[in-house]
Amino acid sequence: MREVLEGSQAVARTVARCRPGVVCAYPISPQTHIVEALSVMARTGELRDCEYVNVESEFSAMSVSIGASAAGSRAYTATASQGLLYMAEAVYNAAGMGLPIVMTVANRAVGAPINIWNDHSDAMAMRDSGWLQLYAADNQEAADLHVIAFAAAEELGIPAMVCMDGFVLTHATDVLELATQEQIDGFLPPYSPTQVLDIDRPTTIGTMAGPESFTETKYLQHLRFLDAADVVEAWSDRFTEAFGREAGGLAVRYDPDTLDRDRSAPPAGAEDLVVVAMGSVIGTLQEAIAPMRAEGLPVRLVGISAYRPFPREALKAALGESRHIVVIDRALELGSGGVLTGCVGRALAGTGSRIHSVVAGLGGRPILEGSLRDVIARALAGEQRGLEFLDLKTGGVPVPPVGATEVAR
Amino acid sequence: MTQIRIHGRGGQGVVTAAEMLARAGFLAGHEVQAIPSFGSERTGAPVVAYCRFADVPLRTREPVLEPDVVLVQDPTLLGPAQPFAGVRPGGLVIVNTTEDAPWVREHAGDGEVDATVVTVPATRISLDTVGLPKPSAAMLGAYAGRADHVTLAAVQQVFRDRFPGRVGEANATAAAVAYAHVRGEPDPRIVPSAEVSHA
Amino acid sequence: MSTVHIPFLQTGTLAVGGRLLDDAERSVQSQADRPSSLTRGHRACQGCAEALAARWVMDTAVEAADGRLVVANATGCLEVFSTLYPESAWKPPWIHSLFANAAAVATGIASSLHAQGRDDVRVLAQGGDGGTVDIGLAAVSGMFERNDDVLYVCYDNQGYMNTGVQRSSATPPSARTATTPAVGRQPGAPQGTGKSMVKIAMAHEIPYVASATVADLRDLEAKVRTAMSIHGARYLHVLVPCPLGWGSSSSESISLSRAAVQSGIFPVVEARAGELTDVQRIRERMDVEAYLRPQARFAHLFKPGGEDALNRWRALAEANIRRYDLLGGRP
Ligand SMILES: Cc1ncc(C[n+]2csc(CCOP(=O)(O)OP(=O)(O)O)c2C)c(N)n1
Ligand code: SF4
Ligand SMILES: [Mg+2]
Repeated sequence: MREVLEGSQAVARTVARCRPGVVCAYPISPQTHIVEALSVMARTGELRDCEYVNVESEFSAMSVSIGASAAGSRAYTATASQGLLYMAEAVYNAAGMGLPIVMTVANRAVGAPINIWNDHSDAMAMRDSGWLQLYAADNQEAADLHVIAFAAAEELGIPAMVCMDGFVLTHATDVLELATQEQIDGFLPPYSPTQVLDIDRPTTIGTMAGPESFTETKYLQHLRFLDAADVVEAWSDRFTEAFGREAGGLAVRYDPDTLDRDRSAPPAGAEDLVVVAMGSVIGTLQEAIAPMRAEGLPVRLVGISAYRPFPREALKAALGESRHIVVIDRALELGSGGVLTGCVGRALAGTGSRIHSVVAGLGGRPILEGSLRDVIARALAGEQRGLEFLDLKTGGVPVPPVGATEVAR
Repeated sequence: MTQIRIHGRGGQGVVTAAEMLARAGFLAGHEVQAIPSFGSERTGAPVVAYCRFADVPLRTREPVLEPDVVLVQDPTLLGPAQPFAGVRPGGLVIVNTTEDAPWVREHAGDGEVDATVVTVPATRISLDTVGLPKPSAAMLGAYAGRADHVTLAAVQQVFRDRFPGRVGEANATAAAVAYAHVRGEPDPRIVPSAEVSHA
Repeated sequence: MSTVHIPFLQTGTLAVGGRLLDDAERSVQSQADRPSSLTRGHRACQGCAEALAARWVMDTAVEAADGRLVVANATGCLEVFSTLYPESAWKPPWIHSLFANAAAVATGIASSLHAQGRDDVRVLAQGGDGGTVDIGLAAVSGMFERNDDVLYVCYDNQGYMNTGVQRSSATPPSARTATTPAVGRQPGAPQGTGKSMVKIAMAHEIPYVASATVADLRDLEAKVRTAMSIHGARYLHVLVPCPLGWGSSSSESISLSRAAVQSGIFPVVEARAGELTDVQRIRERMDVEAYLRPQARFAHLFKPGGEDALNRWRALAEANIRRYDLLGGRP
């Protein structure tokens, strides 16, 4: 059934239908609506056989999730920004212990200066924590990704973050179709943990590893991560078969002309400029690029859905013969450029590709279709510099009309 | 595509209004989207939200820059919020006030803009019906009365769905009163109910 | 307490502006050159008691420190509504670092001043109940335990208001919040929860602990003065009604504070080195209903099925009255 829903509500309901055993979270904007919805469902019984725990910090939220997961429950939490960084130690710990917790990250900037609005700096700071990171392009995918995330995480024994742009998605209302309880029950295998704190078969979780074994431990974690791409892709494909719509995947392809998502779209050609991006800016790019295509401009779009593991092969396959790339990045590697740009560059090392980094939408600055078209047109004309901050203001900060998120270019 | 911008103050239900409008638009057969420009606003602070109706699924995430319709839920925002900014030629601006259109243009400081200005005493209507200064239902009722993007029935339906019982009914009445007001029709509360079926 | 006890009741209040009092005894707010530490331009809601309390606390502390006060603020409403770039409503030197670390940042400031030999500059840390009793508790406790020279002020509005009214561990039983909705078998926050930070602070046996409300601003002022006259770790806990989170009218913040005290729900006390030294007696006893009913977050207590919870509130008030002898031996 297609219905009108806020992104956070869609995520909360889908998570509830994945039947978590323990949900534990600490409020932080823009994640709040998700956990508020879940706490209501816990009270009304919509979230059945589930403990909902209100804790006193994110550090405890992740720690409770660790305990719950180790004791044999499907565990879920959600956070953003300062909260994600506050739980950082436990985030690494969960991955190191192979506990398949699923966490929504309502992506938000990291302070100082404190800023509650969207960019990807928070999750990027955790990019090497050993978690899967799956990015939602829209609210339909944000909801669907949670089903894929539980499935992939539990098969791999690797925790998964589902990243959705804060406010831009979490607080936006769209027309969506939620996976039903029956559909999810038919799709998601019951949780069967590989390691449990079991009275009958006692085990030790979280031992120390000395210099003689630490490298090997990390090497095994690395190998597991290499497996992850196939597992994420397989679950995403299964999802598409089961639900009749695409979600997840590794590198996402779009029809050259309609710009609709289409996994059978051809790779880009040698003449094409390819825009690579992840998160909700994809939707704005679809609208921005379609008219350029209609004018005959050779522009293609490729999305990154799985940022961790980074989909090197899938990205290269989607880029095809193209060697000219613009990366739209929502996080900044200070002194260098976009964070995603760095990953794309590493994946394309030795291919002789020209890569432009466009840092856009930091701290909630709206990304406008016109600005995107502008920067793409300049890249096509060979006039774009290597690193650009989209709509950077010079000469002071103008004051927006009151109440409006500033949209002036 | 129809793009709507809503101005109001924290606590007036601006974000809810955008969501309810999207729901009503969906009932009227559109693809819809509602985007709050959410912030750290406190009660009384100016707030903006956006809504879009279209025939095809909406993909863009940019805020509405050139609205076809502007709803101003609080007349004290006419100056500071620049409600006429970016309005498309021939657009519609609906303002919650007991004053008239020339007064609105004077206070918005934008007398030249090519737009239809409609006024509706939405706060008074909501105080009379809902008992609270929550003008959203009346504003959306007024919108339904002056454009065919949404119907009064759809607006009433979404409020009844969201607030089952007395509150939903009161909001539905507020919408109907505002609808009649902007169409110059008699107040539905004082005519026999059989006659208010043009919704 | 350092208030002067003058039998003529009005003189101690703001109603007569303290005019009958000695200069030294006058309210900071009654002086033409009051510091106005939290000045115009902040964006708090109408009727926000946190803004009111912060202004009185800071102005008194600034005056007591001869204008040499440095402030560390935790994340929360107070920080967000006062400092949206490029504006700041603060006059004293003021730093906001994070949500959990105001107490530790304040210790850092105090240590640096000490290292620089600056014993003329005083340090104040402040935060909401969330930043104090929840996520910041470890840092607050550490600061207490080391007896660092910091006055820590908690503005307790009983919830995470800045993020849209979620439960904190200072949220009282049965209060409705976004994460403790008023639905299900036990509507609102669970019974038996809600930390007493005053007792926790007292358990650290720091030099000075006090509680206060915005219903008695002269008492609040007096307590800040007393705290500022002492060195070492000091703790002040101020009850600050929040119209948004409590679902009360913006005109009721003062009367609700008074009802909280006069019903026995919020004991106003002072303690030194872990010993209770002063208790504000109930002047005119009120039923807990006077406190609870005006707040929408307790609306379900007054519907069928709410009697049990309401009685538990009465028991809670009774327990406070007994524990702190709030009636002073009166029946
Ligand atoms: C590590 C971290 N987690 C969560 C947040 C989000 N956050 C900011 S303020 C706040 C609540 C503040 O509550 P309180 O301390 O009681 O102050 P109030 O706003 O109620 O005055 C929360 C949860 C944050 N900034 N940092
Ligand atoms: S939400 Fe509450 S604490 Fe925050 S500014 Fe408003 S009244 Fe004050
Ligand atoms: Mg609080």
